[in-house]
Amino acid sequence: MLKINNLCVKYDTIRAVHDVSIKINDGELVAMIGANGAGKSTILKTISRIIKAESGSIFFNGKDITKSTSHEIVAMGIIHVPEGRQIFTKMTIEENLKLGAFLENNKSKINENFEKAISLFPLLEERLKQIAGTLSGGEQQMLAIGRALMGSPKLLLLDEPSMGLSPLMTQQVFDALLQLKKEGITMLLVEQNAYDAMEISDRTYILETGKITMSGNSKELIEDPNIKAAYLGGE
Amino acid sequence: MFTFEYFLSQLVNGLKLGSVYAMVAIGYSMVYGILRLINFAHGDIMTVGVYTILVLTTAFGMPLWITVLISIIISVLVGLTAERVAYRPLRDAGEETTLISSLAVSILIQNLLVMIFSPQRVAFHLPEYLSKLYTFGTVRLSTINIITFISVFVILILLSYMIKYTRIGMAMRACSDNMNAAKLMGININTVVVVAFIIGSGLAALSGLMLAGEYKTIDPLMGFVPGLKAFSAAVLGGIGSLSGAVLGGFILGVAEMLFAGLMPTEITPYRDAFVFLLLILVLLIKPNGILGSSDGGRS
Repeated sequence: MLKINNLCVKYDTIRAVHDVSIKINDGELVAMIGANGAGKSTILKTISRIIKAESGSIFFNGKDITKSTSHEIVAMGIIHVPEGRQIFTKMTIEENLKLGAFLENNKSKINENFEKAISLFPLLEERLKQIAGTLSGGEQQMLAIGRALMGSPKLLLLDEPSMGLSPLMTQQVFDALLQLKKEGITMLLVEQNAYDAMEISDRTYILETGKITMSGNSKELIEDPNIKAAYLGGE
Repeated sequence: MFTFEYFLSQLVNGLKLGSVYAMVAIGYSMVYGILRLINFAHGDIMTVGVYTILVLTTAFGMPLWITVLISIIISVLVGLTAERVAYRPLRDAGEETTLISSLAVSILIQNLLVMIFSPQRVAFHLPEYLSKLYTFGTVRLSTINIITFISVFVILILLSYMIKYTRIGMAMRACSDNMNAAKLMGININTVVVVAFIIGSGLAALSGLMLAGEYKTIDPLMGFVPGLKAFSAAVLGGIGSLSGAVLGGFILGVAEMLFAGLMPTEITPYRDAFVFLLLILVLLIKPNGILGSSDGGRS
């Protein structure tokens, strides 16, 4: 579904991503873990063309999207749930959800997505008229994911959905992701919360200072002693 | 020494001036709300509109309504060119950079107008049917004053409706709230910005006509200070809020005319200073303006 070849990204003169190649198959949940500043968010931002690649290419379902604009990318079904949620804080929850469907013209599709979003996160329905900025962190994350679902995602890019959340909230959010996986949505999950991310994912890429240092089946990597020591708090 | 009638006539003069400020302030506010760009060239776009009308009426004898339409089109084109050439390439460079760039555009437009038309002040006359005066006691109103006053509210209502309920309006609010998130929703930021500039520049052309009709003379620098005052009005009312822009416009207009009319003649030349002093005082008490939301800018 998504294929990234030899991607390099620079911020001014600092190279944030170095020669990264990633492949995501249909229906997979792929985790990308690594320390702060490893370049995880940068890769997601490059896929949705918030920032430009320096070199390398990105293909989505066989189509080169390296030079597409961010709205073209959204229209193809690549929906990005950004770091720090980035909901529209001055607008209502209903308006936030509507904006998620900005490029969707089909009314019945919008209604269907809306039902999907609120059945996944029922608390959103009770608060449709509430200003989104008044929600708690966990609720905002649910809104951010719900908003992404409004755009009929084929591929969801999730940037640290567990950031700042209590363990209970994190569990709820990750349960929701597993539910979405069952419904066939492909996902690329960026996380610092390595253990949980590896546990729910099919495969994992490990990123260190802008390079992929290891990748493979999550179930196997989770048992790897080096990874245990570096990312899972050792044992 | 001042009669109530005199006060009343100054109040009405304030409302006349205020409705012009309000109309310019709406345009300022549209652009600022989305880009956080203080577009200093906004007042000069107003001047471009006025000169377009002047040339078309005097040189070609066109009827006013056609010249107004053309002046709106020309002003919009100038506004869009400024956006494309001077602001868009700097959009990621920070608010201070685009602010300086807009000052440059302002100076450029002023000097182009000086080159083409000479710095001389020239007379500007509205056709009879617009400048016709109605007298109510000491209060004098012309047709154009009444039209201006009413159009401010019509425009305010139309734009508020657009922003609240239409698709492009939703996109505008989303951009104003969080530009990055708006991009991730698939909103084409450039489209939104272009629409804001079209509305802002079109309103600038209209307000130019009204301002020139009031001053009865025009010159290439005439737009700059009213532009600054309109921006002050928008800040005073609560920047980003259209009702705030209108409210601020009326407050500034009335304050200015009351100051000019009621103060001793030795200090009335300082009316501009007074207006900006008023702005500073209000901002000291309410930093986000009268109708501004408490979190002010982009969150």
